Amino acid sequence: MDIFVDSAGPLLQALGTTIVMALIAGVGSLILGTFVTAARISPIPVLRALAFGYVQFFVNVPLLVLLILAVFVLPDAGIIGPLAPTAVIVLALYEAAYVAEAIRSGVNTVGSGQVEASRALGLTLGQSLRYVIIPQSVRAAVQPLGNVMIALTMNTALAAAVGVVELTAAANKLNLVQAQPILIFSVAGLVYMALALVIGLGTGKIERRVAIKR
Amino acid sequence: MSTTTKPSGARPAVSLYDEPGPRTRRNIRIWSVVTFVLLGAAIAAALVQFASHGQLDADKWAPFLQWSIWEYLLVGLWGTAQAAALVAVLGGIFGVILALGRLSNVRVIRWLSTGYIEIARTVPVLLLIYVMLFGLPQLGINFPLLWKLVIPLTIANAAAFAEIVRAGILGLPAGQAEAALSLGMSRGQATRYVVLPQAIRFASPSLVTQLVSLIKDTSLGYIVSFTELLYRGQVLSSFNHLLIQTFVVVTLIYLVFNGSLSTLASRLRTRPSTRTLADPGEPVGVPVTDPRPTTVA
Repeated sequence: MDIFVDSAGPLLQALGTTIVMALIAGVGSLILGTFVTAARISPIPVLRALAFGYVQFFVNVPLLVLLILAVFVLPDAGIIGPLAPTAVIVLALYEAAYVAEAIRSGVNTVGSGQVEASRALGLTLGQSLRYVIIPQSVRAAVQPLGNVMIALTMNTALAAAVGVVELTAAANKLNLVQAQPILIFSVAGLVYMALALVIGLGTGKIERRVAIKR
Repeated sequence: MSTTTKPSGARPAVSLYDEPGPRTRRNIRIWSVVTFVLLGAAIAAALVQFASHGQLDADKWAPFLQWSIWEYLLVGLWGTAQAAALVAVLGGIFGVILALGRLSNVRVIRWLSTGYIEIARTVPVLLLIYVMLFGLPQLGINFPLLWKLVIPLTIANAAAFAEIVRAGILGLPAGQAEAALSLGMSRGQATRYVVLPQAIRFASPSLVTQLVSLIKDTSLGYIVSFTELLYRGQVLSSFNHLLIQTFVVVTLIYLVFNGSLSTLASRLRTRPSTRTLADPGEPVGVPVTDPRPTTVA
């Protein structure tokens, strides 16, 4: 256990990086994903096609390819940003596609009566989206969204592959010095599990609170 | 892209709006134009940015007209396919075992399977790959390159497959297993001949989606230097110094390869096979000993 005490500083910093990345990318992907869903179900064909293309692109291209594109390749075209924020942006863009899919599956659970009722009340499409459809869809999608957020947290590890020093990178670095692979990687794995558990419990709690009893 | 949007993109699942009237049609037109203009502006800005760094020059793209470069990359795609096939088969087998384990009546098996699934779902694959790459060799365990990629992916994907198969089994009406048991099948026979075939057919769209996800995961071969598409792209770009062009092509290959699988998945989802579960109206070949009741009806 001394290993962890000795290098507690860098490790905690790396853990902090992982958590901050997950938080920012998580919030970003939730917001962006909601807009993508809204575009996906809008009556404007161009927007719908755009949202469909967006989801298809990010669902079919590996995250690692996107990270490498953004970090190593785009600088060749003069597009360059600081490393960690770039990784966070890519992560948010990538997971937004999955968020959009999750919310869209929630939209499918909203009864057509709800939509018709809102229309009968004279709500415009924007209003019925904002006050009727999206709130219910997001509620129905809490559990899938939680799974997306867990996947997002796991995917922050990929940032290590492009040089961000987060938990996985720090664990690897520590192991290269200390040569205690089983111990070090198990602890890193446990930390990820703990993060996933927090998200899982959190979404469970949120789901119970916001669930619509029909 | 626009032609492929038609099947699932053109028709939202819930009908959110009426047939548009004249005013809505005008609004839709206005917003379409606005979106088009914004989209065009974004694309133009990107093109200007790329052109200003000489990335759109013809001589930078011309090499990709040669077959040899494509051959080089397609060998990588073949590696991707091989790794993905291994992971799919191994992960699929372990996944079915785990799914059955999680639904088992034996408590120990149920706990072990559940524990494995929950753990494997929440550990980053990259961490497992680092274990294979840097951890185990320190202990004198060194797998061949391919397996350094396949083992971590199998560990992770077995859990994912297990959850999909389990959802498929749980989505099956209980009557199926009950009927099989009442016909005198053992639980094993009922699972093998009645429950699993239907559950897997039922879960096939999700299984294909998971296949796409695991193909994407094989890009981690880049880290273990296994010859797959992304790694080949990396090697190629360090030879020809055409970083942007090479990676754009690699991205497009992934997009086409996985995109066709994703399209298959959504086809399976929207157009399920004729033998759907929720169709009780279909006449079943009941062995009729007395033909009279049927002729009366």
